[in-house]
Amino acid sequence: MKSRAVSLPYMLWMIIFTVIPLGLVAYFAFTTSDGEFTIANISQVGQYSGVLVHSVWLSIVATVICLVIAYPLAFILSRKTENVQRTMIMLVMLPMWMNFLLRTYAWMTLLEKNGVINKIFGLFGLGPFNMINTPGAVVLGMVYNYLPFMILPLHSIMLKIDDKVIEAAQDLGASPIKVFTKAVIPLSMPGITTGVTMVFVPAISTFIISRMLGGGSNMMIGDLIELQFLGNAYNPNLGSAISLVLMVLILLCMSVLNQFDADDDREGMIV
Amino acid sequence: MTNKKSKWCSNLYTFLVYLFLYAPIFVLIAFSFNKSKSRSVWTGFTFDWYKSLFHNELIINSLINTLIIAAVASVAATVLGTAAAIGINNMNKWLKGVVMNVTYLPVINPEIVTGVSLMLLFIFFRIEFGYTTLILAHISFSVPYVILNVMPKLRQMDKFVYEAALDLGCNPFKAFMKAVIPEIMPGIISGFLMAFTYSIDDFVISYFTSGPQAQTLPIAIYSMTRRKVSPEVNALSTIIFIVVLAILLLVNLKDAGKAKLNRKKIGGEAAR
Repeated sequence: MKSRAVSLPYMLWMIIFTVIPLGLVAYFAFTTSDGEFTIANISQVGQYSGVLVHSVWLSIVATVICLVIAYPLAFILSRKTENVQRTMIMLVMLPMWMNFLLRTYAWMTLLEKNGVINKIFGLFGLGPFNMINTPGAVVLGMVYNYLPFMILPLHSIMLKIDDKVIEAAQDLGASPIKVFTKAVIPLSMPGITTGVTMVFVPAISTFIISRMLGGGSNMMIGDLIELQFLGNAYNPNLGSAISLVLMVLILLCMSVLNQFDADDDREGMIV
Repeated sequence: MTNKKSKWCSNLYTFLVYLFLYAPIFVLIAFSFNKSKSRSVWTGFTFDWYKSLFHNELIINSLINTLIIAAVASVAATVLGTAAAIGINNMNKWLKGVVMNVTYLPVINPEIVTGVSLMLLFIFFRIEFGYTTLILAHISFSVPYVILNVMPKLRQMDKFVYEAALDLGCNPFKAFMKAVIPEIMPGIISGFLMAFTYSIDDFVISYFTSGPQAQTLPIAIYSMTRRKVSPEVNALSTIIFIVVLAILLLVNLKDAGKAKLNRKKIGGEAAR
């Protein structure tokens, strides 16, 4: 029990399958295809700054929409009885268990030109609207796929907010808006930061959602990386450079986010 | 009066969010029974798409692949991860910090980066893409979840139980099996289940580490959605939805039963 040796196989595994692969990404990013040192790959990423900005923008919009939709819902759910909560939370998790490809496919069929939504609009003499292959469709796909990741951490933090705190604020003469901004929001801050990370990270690195709902014109960083590794533009060196930039971008965003989170106890944050 | 109104509002809001979550799935399910290939016009009821789904060799084979890979990878990840957690728990603070941070890496890193980094590894060491690479990749991304589930249980555990077992004449192996394992079992089980579900559901990492011979179900689904019209995907979604619903309902009923039992116990004790 005192021995650390039992973790040796894992340490080896971790070095081979986590440390070395990430090292290889860095190595490929800074070398040419002949293995010579270069920074050309990194500077070449600059050519795609349009895609980078587009991805960051779309994922920020999706994250904000998720937060706005999930926050009131999480609060409402946290004030229900235990049994109702268990069922409602199960219903939030259920779509998560279906593969995201199927969920995105569902929206593909809904949004297309002769899809169900345009048929419904048609009944009122409206449309047909061009909804698929737009940035809006990509954002919608991301919101739909990642909304549960926002609801669940918000709900679990709001469970801990005591009704008495809210009542105390009301008794002390705070208006509903003040109660919300001075009591509920600060107390739920850890849930907000967790939820935002859990939506933003997969959103910014997605590559299939943008392809299925955004057509060819809404490329995201993920699509760019995929093209370099499995697409026609085979160039793992450039692909590694873009991956490196993506990792740095996410680390930056997360450190900005951590500024809002005074709580240092990160353990178990993701799960 | 305002209270009633706000309650009505919050119920309406809840309903709308759930409608958003479920409407697309229900439309998908409805059109799996549609006679024509159209995804918007209803032309009559049929089970044909289910029949052709069960005769689709690609789907059946990839389903079998998925289950085999998930079983092998999650069992391996559970053994590796449980041993790792026990070892890490005995490390000094500094080493523990380093190891845990590296363990967090695949969890925090975007899936696509994990995927391409493993792809580079397999290219670099010239390992042929297929079952081996898929299983190695799946073990790698699921071990952290096992560790993260087992670690808290180890920390909560009473250290002296193990020592007591030794004092009472157990050899270290027996003491470990009889005293430690039962204590951390809930963590091991939830870690295993998480590893298993992540493995079944994974698309991104498998996409970069699979070869033409070994396809998993999500990859097969992806190739099906690329062909524009394929109501078989709808049929498959329906089946997956029903299976998941059944599992969640079972788990939920069991939990509810347990909670009820606990309440009864507490109530009974209070009455006494």
